[in-house]
Parts: sequence; structure tokens; C-alpha cells
Amino acid sequence: MNSQQLWIAFVTIVHREIRRFLRIWPQTLLPPVITMVLYFVIFGKLIGGRIGDMAGLPYIQFVAPGLIMMSVITNSYSNVVSSFFSSKFQKNIEELLVSPTPNAIILAGYVAGGMCRGLGVGLIVTCVAIFFADLSLHSLPITIAIVLMTSLTFSLAGLINAVFAGSFDDISIIPTFVLTPLTYLGGVFYSIGLLGSFWGSVSLANPILYMVNAFRYGLTGITDINIVWAFAMLALFSAALFCWALYLLERGSKLRS
Amino acid sequence: MHAALAVEQVTKRYDNGFEALKGISFNVAQGDFFALLGPNGAGKSTTIGIISSLVRKSGGAIKVFGVDIDEDFSAAKQLIGVVPQEFNFSQFEKLIDILVHQAGYYGIPYREALALAERYLKQLGLWERKDQAARTLSGGMKRRLMIARALMHSPKLLILDEPTAGVDIELRRSMWEFLQEINRQGTTIILTTHYLEEAESLCRNIAIIDHGRIVENTSMKSLLKQLNKEHFVLDVSQPLTSAPLVEGYPIALRDEQSIEVEVEQSRSLNALFTQLSEQGIDVVSMRNKSNRLEELFLSLVDASLDSKQGAA
Repeated sequence: MNSQQLWIAFVTIVHREIRRFLRIWPQTLLPPVITMVLYFVIFGKLIGGRIGDMAGLPYIQFVAPGLIMMSVITNSYSNVVSSFFSSKFQKNIEELLVSPTPNAIILAGYVAGGMCRGLGVGLIVTCVAIFFADLSLHSLPITIAIVLMTSLTFSLAGLINAVFAGSFDDISIIPTFVLTPLTYLGGVFYSIGLLGSFWGSVSLANPILYMVNAFRYGLTGITDINIVWAFAMLALFSAALFCWALYLLERGSKLRS
Repeated sequence: MHAALAVEQVTKRYDNGFEALKGISFNVAQGDFFALLGPNGAGKSTTIGIISSLVRKSGGAIKVFGVDIDEDFSAAKQLIGVVPQEFNFSQFEKLIDILVHQAGYYGIPYREALALAERYLKQLGLWERKDQAARTLSGGMKRRLMIARALMHSPKLLILDEPTAGVDIELRRSMWEFLQEINRQGTTIILTTHYLEEAESLCRNIAIIDHGRIVENTSMKSLLKQLNKEHFVLDVSQPLTSAPLVEGYPIALRDEQSIEVEVEQSRSLNALFTQLSEQGIDVVSMRNKSNRLEELFLSLVDASLDSKQGAA
């Protein structure tokens, strides 16, 4: 395939992915908005007012970046894992596998689709957050870069999960038992300064901590961790996941017999 | 001129040790309508899976119009269209989207893809349903949708795995006509089917595969020539109590109104009717006992099984 044909194949996959999540918007776009409104009302307004400041910020302003990032993470991941696994389950992934579209383009297409949903939901949640918190912007480049890299990382992770999944149960195990705990323990609702030195050090092994803090830094200028270190970790995670996902597609793991 | 498909000593051993293909070889000429037949589990779908890249071969070589799939699978895939046995499209997408997306995976621009989708949906009688979700189609329509999808990138080699399974007779006939038409236009077609009548009507050449080996690979004509006997069922007007004796024509009584006659190809049917008439037996109708190819197919598969058991 020449470069124009590769581009058409890539755009086709992305277009199909976007249409898929827009077609089922009550399942894909509406629930995160409702969930986030509840978070803002309960943690921001009702409880947040009694908590006071966190890391020098009013509590609702402290949690808002984390909640936005949480929706980006969850939606990027769940879009790719559910779409790719459904394609495997219905066998329509074979349409792509028998075509000359290279695996790298298949991977890029699915990941871009996941990023579109993650970023779209993140944008909607940001609009919701404006009604509850005074959102500021400390650094636009850092904010955009971190949200893109986070969305990329979790889209890749979702695809890897989908490749290994053999049933619909398998695509909910990682979000339920890994992603949700890591997100809740990733500094969305508290500063790791509250944890003490031991648990604070343990938290540094949680990749979501870097994403949430870097994003919070982009909006507020406040962070628990070094930003350069956060970007380095994210670059490392996304590169490693990209290589792993591409290796699985090239090998045809659980896709070709 | 390169063969449309050249399969050379292809083997497939699955991880569990099962050897699905034991070194099969066959060629399909350009423009051919080729039948790949075999009982369930013989290795037909594995062969198609390897050609279409869904199954990885363990050994051997495959060339599509001279392009070795090990050297340039991408170029080979551009030449192949596959209609699999199972429905493998998204049940929730519209027909038009399924076809346009398929074209996109082959690098065909959107406008061109739309025109192609319209052409094939119209040809296959699905245009009125272009905006319906695929899950709302009947079984026969789904089969036609898969054929339309496989044609979107204008493949030079079309492989159909049981394309008319579960399709009613009228629709099957119209699908035959459609396939014959695209074959006349130059597309090489490989067909696997359980309807041997279908293979006999459509295909010029044939390979029979059994237990992962090719047990016959020849033209349909020369294969059918191997049949030197045919069995006919004759319905008679008067009830019979025993089979009539006619020299040179072994006859068995099926029931009191019909007999079964074995006729060698070299013998005339006139002599049979004359002798029956002389015995006061009126024949009111006649039909083949079974499909000719079916008989041959069963004898070849049985022979393959016997030789396997003999070797064991």
C-alpha cells in the first residue's frame, strides 16, 4: 500500500470508531458526565467545603483536574477494549486482518479512536467542571501534552487487554480490579503528602499519579511530583505499551491460529 | 502466465499437535472456476485460512498470481477476496458502512467506495436495505452481503467458503448466475461447498481434500468420466412382486412401483426399455438415483480412508 492508501485505511478505522461511540452515546458519553457531576456535587461541594484546602488549593479546585483525568483514562481505555474485543467476538476483526492494512495502522486507528473518545469526554467533563470550580490554566502546552499522552497510554493498554480477553468478563477485570484502584490511589482526591514517607514512596509506583499530578500542574501550577519525571515516565509507559501491542498484532496472538 | 493460485507442499500443524494439512499442492489457473471439496474437518477452511492470512502455515509456499505470500503478503492480499463460512461483519453497522469501510481497508477513497458499494448492493439485490443494520437481514441476504463485501476491492481471485449454505434454492440459483457472470468477466473463483450439484454445475476443475491430503485434483470432466456406471430409478405403472431380469442390466426392486437399474456408460438405455416393454412393464418416469459427483466423491473419500486404515 502506498502512503495515500495507508492514510485512507487509518482514517477509515478512526471514522468507524468515532461513529461507533457516537451511535451508542447513551452508553459512552452520557454516563461519565453524570458520574462526574455527582463527584463534583458530593466531593466538591458537599464534602469539599468541610475539608478546606488541599495542597494550597480549595478542595474542589484540587479534585477537578483529577476527575477530568479520571474520565479521560477510563474512556480511552474502555473504548478500545470494548470495540476491539467486540470485533474479535463478532469476528469482524477478520475484515481488517485479511486486508493489506498493516498492523501498525490497525493499532494506530484503534488507539486514535480511543483517544478521540477519551479527549471528547474529557472536554465535556471540563465544561461540567467549569460550573462547579474556578478552573485556571497554568500551562496550555503541558496540559495538552499530558492529556494526549495519558489518553494514548490507556488506549494502548485497552487494546492489549482486548487481545488477551477471551470473554466479556475478561474486559471488565482490569478496569475493575486494576484501573479503578490505581485511579483512586493516584492522587485524584488527596495529595500524596498526606500519606507519609513510606506510602508516599509506594504511590510513586502508580503511573496514574504522574498523569494526575502533571495535569494538575498544567491547570493550577501545583504538583506533588517532578513534571519532567512525570513526562519521562509517561513516555516510557506509552512506548513500552505501543511495542507490546504491535508485537501482539504482528504475532497474531489470539487473532490468527 | 502465473497460476492464480499455486499451493506447494503446504502443511499446518496446530499447537495441540493436530496436523490439519499434510503437504497439499494444487494449482488454480487464471480465470478458472475451481472447486475445493472435502468432508467436514478435511482441511478446506484451514487452506482458505492460510491463503487469506487468518491461519499461519507450518510449511510450504503459496503464490497468488506469482506473488509469494511470505515475501509480500500485502500485495497478495490486494488480489484476494474472501467470503468466509461464518458471518463475520459487525451486526450493528449499516450495510453501506460495512462495504465502504471494507473498501477503506484496501485504500480505496470514500467517493469511489460509495460508487462501488452502490453497484454491488444493487447487483445483489440489497440496495433497498443499504441503511439497515446488518443484523436485520435474513440468512440469504447476509450471504449476499459478504459476497458484495469481498468484491469491493475488485479482487482477481475470489474465494468462497460454503457461500450458499442455508440459502433457498431460488436464491442459490441467482447467486450461481451472479458468480458465473463475474467469472466470465475474468475473476478466478475458488469454491468450497457441500452441495456437490453446485460444484458440478459451476466448476471446471476440482481438488478433493481429505484428512489433510489432496486425494484428487483434475478437471470436472475427466473426474466424471471415471464414473462408468450410473444408477437410475424407474417408476412403473403396474405393481411388481419381484425385480425383472434383463440381461446386462442389474435390477433391484425398490418397492412394488419402482425399480433401480445399474447402467454402464457404454450401454444404451434403448435396449433396457425394449426388454422391459417385452416383459409387459411400462416405465412411466425415470430419474438419477443420486448426484453423480456425490457418488464419486464418496468413493474417493472412502478409498482415502481405506488406504489410511490399511497403512495403519
